[in-house]
Amino acid sequence: MNNKLGRLTGGLLLALYAELASAAYQLNFQAPVTRIASEIYDLHMLMMYVILVIFCVVFGVMFYSIYAHRKSVGHKAEQFHENTTVEIIWTVIPFLILIGMAWPATKTLIAFKDTANPDLTIKATGYQWKWGYDYIKGEGEGVAFLSALSTPQDQIHNQKPKGENYLLEVDNPLVVPVGKKVRILTTANDVIHSFWVPAFGIKQDAIPGFVRDTWFKADKEGTYRGQCAELCGKDHGFMPIVVEVVSAEKYTQWVAEQKKKTAAAAEDPNKQWTAGELIAKGEKVYAASCAACHQPTGKGLPPAFPALDGSKIATGDKNAHIDIVLNGKTGTAMTAFGKQLSDTDIAAVITYERNAWGNKKGDAVQPAEVKAARK
Amino acid sequence: MSDHAQHYFVPQPSHWMIVGSFALLFMAGGAVLWFNGADFGRYSVLVGFALLVLMMFRWFGDVVRESEGGKYGKREDVSFRWGMSWFIFSEVMFFAAFFGALFYARVLAVPDLGSLASRELLWPDFSGQWPSAGPGFTDPFTPMAAWGVPALNTLLLLTSGVTLTVAHFGMIEGNRFKLKLWLFLTIALGVTFLGFQIYEYSHAYSELNLKLSTGIYGTTFFMLTGFHGFHVTIGVIMLTTMLFRSIAGHFKPHNHFAFEAVAWYWHFVDVVWLLLFIFVYWV
Amino acid sequence: MSAVIDTHGHADHDGHGYQPSGLMRWVTTTNHKDIGTMYLWFSFTMLLLGGVLALTLRLELFRPGIQIVNPEFFNQLTTMHGLIMVFGAIMPAFVGFANWQIPMMIGAPDMAFARMNNWSFWLLPVAASLLVISFFVPGGAPAAGWTIYAPLSTQMGPGMDLGIFALHIMGASSIMGSINIVTTILNMRAPGMTLMKMPMFVWTWLITAYLLIAVMPVLAGAITMVLADRHFGTSFFNAAGGGDPVMFQHIFWFFGHPEVYIMILPAFGIISQVIPTFARKPLFGYASMVYATSSIAILSFIVWAHHMFTVGMPTAGLLFFMYATMLIAVPTGVKVFNWLATMWKGSMTFETPMLFAVGFIFVFTMGGFTGLMLAIMPVDVQLQDTYYVVAHFHYVLVAGSLYAIFAGTYFWIPKWTGRMYDETLGEWHFWLSLVFFNITFFPMHFLGLAGMPRRIPDYASQFTEFNQIATVGAFGFGLSQLLFLYIVLKVSVFAKGEKAPAKPWEGADTLEWTHLPSPAPYHSFHEAPEVK
Ligand code: HEA
Ligand code: HEA
Ligand code: HEC
Ligand code: CUA
Ligand SMILES: [Cu+2]
Repeated sequence: MNNKLGRLTGGLLLALYAELASAAYQLNFQAPVTRIASEIYDLHMLMMYVILVIFCVVFGVMFYSIYAHRKSVGHKAEQFHENTTVEIIWTVIPFLILIGMAWPATKTLIAFKDTANPDLTIKATGYQWKWGYDYIKGEGEGVAFLSALSTPQDQIHNQKPKGENYLLEVDNPLVVPVGKKVRILTTANDVIHSFWVPAFGIKQDAIPGFVRDTWFKADKEGTYRGQCAELCGKDHGFMPIVVEVVSAEKYTQWVAEQKKKTAAAAEDPNKQWTAGELIAKGEKVYAASCAACHQPTGKGLPPAFPALDGSKIATGDKNAHIDIVLNGKTGTAMTAFGKQLSDTDIAAVITYERNAWGNKKGDAVQPAEVKAARK
Repeated sequence: MSDHAQHYFVPQPSHWMIVGSFALLFMAGGAVLWFNGADFGRYSVLVGFALLVLMMFRWFGDVVRESEGGKYGKREDVSFRWGMSWFIFSEVMFFAAFFGALFYARVLAVPDLGSLASRELLWPDFSGQWPSAGPGFTDPFTPMAAWGVPALNTLLLLTSGVTLTVAHFGMIEGNRFKLKLWLFLTIALGVTFLGFQIYEYSHAYSELNLKLSTGIYGTTFFMLTGFHGFHVTIGVIMLTTMLFRSIAGHFKPHNHFAFEAVAWYWHFVDVVWLLLFIFVYWV
Repeated sequence: MSAVIDTHGHADHDGHGYQPSGLMRWVTTTNHKDIGTMYLWFSFTMLLLGGVLALTLRLELFRPGIQIVNPEFFNQLTTMHGLIMVFGAIMPAFVGFANWQIPMMIGAPDMAFARMNNWSFWLLPVAASLLVISFFVPGGAPAAGWTIYAPLSTQMGPGMDLGIFALHIMGASSIMGSINIVTTILNMRAPGMTLMKMPMFVWTWLITAYLLIAVMPVLAGAITMVLADRHFGTSFFNAAGGGDPVMFQHIFWFFGHPEVYIMILPAFGIISQVIPTFARKPLFGYASMVYATSSIAILSFIVWAHHMFTVGMPTAGLLFFMYATMLIAVPTGVKVFNWLATMWKGSMTFETPMLFAVGFIFVFTMGGFTGLMLAIMPVDVQLQDTYYVVAHFHYVLVAGSLYAIFAGTYFWIPKWTGRMYDETLGEWHFWLSLVFFNITFFPMHFLGLAGMPRRIPDYASQFTEFNQIATVGAFGFGLSQLLFLYIVLKVSVFAKGEKAPAKPWEGADTLEWTHLPSPAPYHSFHEAPEVK
């Protein structure tokens, strides 16, 4: 090969490589940041190589035969049709190869399932369509918040250019300390969701009414992004998971902030709110929790999701309204919000719904009424 | 006969199958309407059902005529035997799905709901003991007892298996009276069984507070025994048909596969009941 | 296809006397060839319908963002595409082949239960109508995936009920069809045709029919439970009532995994007829082929939970299902090696059926390899519910089952219609399909590895390029199928093209080629042939 051609091909290959290596053409798993994820990565590579070899051998033989044993080159067919020896060989060899694959897989599988002795336990609850996190054991115990997609609708509907982390960004990310064993307990409120963070090598379905668990120990600080990995209805594609892995100090700081926030948010349940306050707060709750189905316009998406603008319940008896929001309606996508939202939030969102759009009830629901309706 | 032994009987074109297809269309469409609150769907189900019954009458009527007309030889007979066996196998698998659900719920789901993690996070005071209607179910109910009506029903069905065999002997011996008498007794036992089952259901609803909606216990109890009862009903209808055909002088001592097929079916329903008795009522 | 009515002298006692014409002929027919033809056309129609749904969803996935369909409708597209392809296109196509070929290949006059055969077919349009109607009811078509996992499926509108009833009806159709096939094979072989002399295609269908009878009722059970949970207040899949959503998955996949082999075993059968014919050499390892096929069928009952590696099973369960799944590679490998050995030292020619058969082996095996990758539980954790799985199953279903259907159609269409298809166009069809298939589905492996979930209407920007390639490929692949439509229409409906001899393929040796003219007479093997 002369020099010029060599350089040219080299350059082309480099360019091709650069192109392929850029994020847009990512060809392999995300860079792993836990031991399990890197074991999975290696397992996948190992399998790839073994399979490539088998592939080359098998199809090498096939294409050679296709080339050599054609009628058009005058090859005459032989009539053999049995040979016990080769048949045994090609039964036993694949079997041995499989054992070779199963061995490392078994080791990783057992490590994957070992959720004992965590430093921190977090419950992740799947909702249609957001995640709820409760820190239930370890540093940060008691912290709880919801985490929903923060990509604005106008990016999704192509009215604005898409941001860098389009669809993979949330309002409140999950924050965990680096180098600590974190056990995730998953459950769900309505349908099955799945908690998946590729960089950690974990995916665990969240099953309504049941508790399942998984674990990870992130080795590197950073922001890691995943998605819900089980079809969970209309906005299944829009419930990402973002985990921030931070240093121990930062984590402690974050916990303190969260505690402060919760304290500030804790309201006197018996406080009387003015309708204006409730409506202002309710609008925010509505946007976060209800707009996905009932739409910001209150028009819903009939017939699957009814309009609240002018709805009989939203313009009728208060108690029926409180009831459906607290307890949901079984057999429909309208879930019980009693567990997700505080009395104040529920009171606020109901008040908002009764006074927004064309609804002009002019009444207000106080948190105390919601509290009373709970039992 | 010898002529037919060589040529497998291929029936002529028939329009009852398409009637059957429309019947199912009406039934399915009507049921969807009905289940979703449009009550007039019931009429469509009814029309469909009537069509289905008509189809079966006429189609099976053709088969009976061909059979009595001597169109079927040994080959056809073997086909019918294979066909019926595989059909019963498919029914076994249908019940297997429901038994699977029962075992799954008892052995895996309910204990899991009562496990430590589950109690800590979701269902604080659920014990996970069978019988159970689940952690979210608070209405008290009484589970079914095995040694009452169910035991009696077991006896009835087992006896009916025997009476049917006696009837079959009557057939083979050419003793038509014996055939008809014992066939009639079998049907009577089957009907009594169904009567008891209806009684049991109403007892469950009115006194035990045990309903289809009583959590997984009510679900599995009514769905399993319900599907079984449905099969008994079909069996009784088929036995009755056999009785009428016997009265009409059909069947020969050594050529009466329709009767045998129904007998197989009846024994299958019998065995399913035994399993039900053991796993639903008893243990 | 052309109907040669053969009165044969003894018309009356078999009732051939009553012979309606026009539409009523097709509606009332008890002839296995007519019924086979209807199955095949039905299935092709469903392929086009399912394909159009797939193209619509591919169009939405061309760019990130929501462009042409909203997310609810997207889920309906995915679900209905899956349902229609599986139950409407692939399965009926193979039953169509069974109807045409099994009686001819074993020397039987017809199927064992000719009237029931008619009903098995005529239930399908009913089911298909229910599925199509579901798009127009409030709430739209089922949108919970073709796997209709509870409790998402208990949340949907009346469309789900239509879907459930459609599945019930298609299940009934499959069970009746299978009982017919098993009985025909077991009872109606020509004298001298022992089980171990049956053509491989007949063997694979015998095993497939057995699988169908075993698992379709289980599907019926599963969807009946969903129906009961939806409308009768039961708690099968509701934790508050002591049920379990995961139970649905166990029951569904107990059906679902054998189901995927139901869609591939008859394909293996077709390939096992085509390869020896064009290699002009007997099938290598006939007996081991039979054993391998049976092993695949038996193993298929104990691997179902490999679809559920992420639901949180105990370690022992995971290990069991992982090992059992991996084992299936052994008998499948035996089949692949036997095909290679059949080709080895043959005298091969590459007419369109052979091209598709070789294409099948090549591309299906790639799908098998990715299946093995998914069987490794820790790897599957990363891949479950991603486009890697979508790539895997299109490799085995499109390049597997669908290619085999193409191979079989080209192979037997001379016998069915009495005319040769257009060889040049057939070869074009193959190459276009092969190239566009890979353009469509190969990039999906990368998408899955990089983390793109399946069943989403919109995706993060880094997945854009591969999705665009896939969409372009999908349209190419779809258009290529119009060529197939043209080729088939030409020889069948328009009866154009060269007349086919009784045995157009030099290496063919089964009864339909050696004992029957082309086109095969309306009633064949009234007198059973003697098989040595
Ligand atoms: C025709 C249909 C078909 C076929 C034949 C297969 C074949 C196989 N499939 Fe596939 N599969 C599907 C259709 C099919 N599958 C579908 C539709 C889904 C998705 C369902 C859904 O979720 O919607 C699925 C999903 C699926 C999963 C779940 C993925 C997930 O959701 O996480 C898994 C996991 O184990 C799997 C495994 C396998 C394996 C091991 C085989 C094996 O049978 C493959 C065996 C073949 C080979 C291995 C190649 C030939 C062998 C050799 C050349 C011998 C030498 C080789 C070695 C020793 C390596 N499949
Ligand atoms: C059984 C066989 C089968 C077949 C043959 C196909 C064929 C195709 N499938 Fe498949 N697919 C499934 C079975 C099958 N699929 C299943 C089971 C699922 C899972 C569903 C679920 O998640 O629940 C799935 C899911 C699925 C997805 C994932 C959707 C999602 O997760 O959201 C995608 C995405 O690209 C896809 C694409 C395609 C394409 C492009 C074809 C093409 O091969 C189709 C080609 C055919 C045509 C295009 C029709 C012919 C042409 C015309 C009618 C002319 C008009 C054409 C033009 C105008 C160009 N399919
Ligand atoms: C997952 C989708 C979803 C979300 C999120 C949701 N709803 Fe609903 N909602 C529904 C559905 C579906 C119904 C219809 C139930 C039925 O069939 O009666 C409904 C019904 C209602 C009704 C009764 C309307 C009527 O006239 O029947 C009210 C009021 C309501 N929702 C309020 C809310 C509030 C407040 C929130 C947020 C805190 C909310 N919803 C969030 C799906 C949703
Ligand atoms: Cu939540 Cu998908
Ligand atoms: Cu599988």
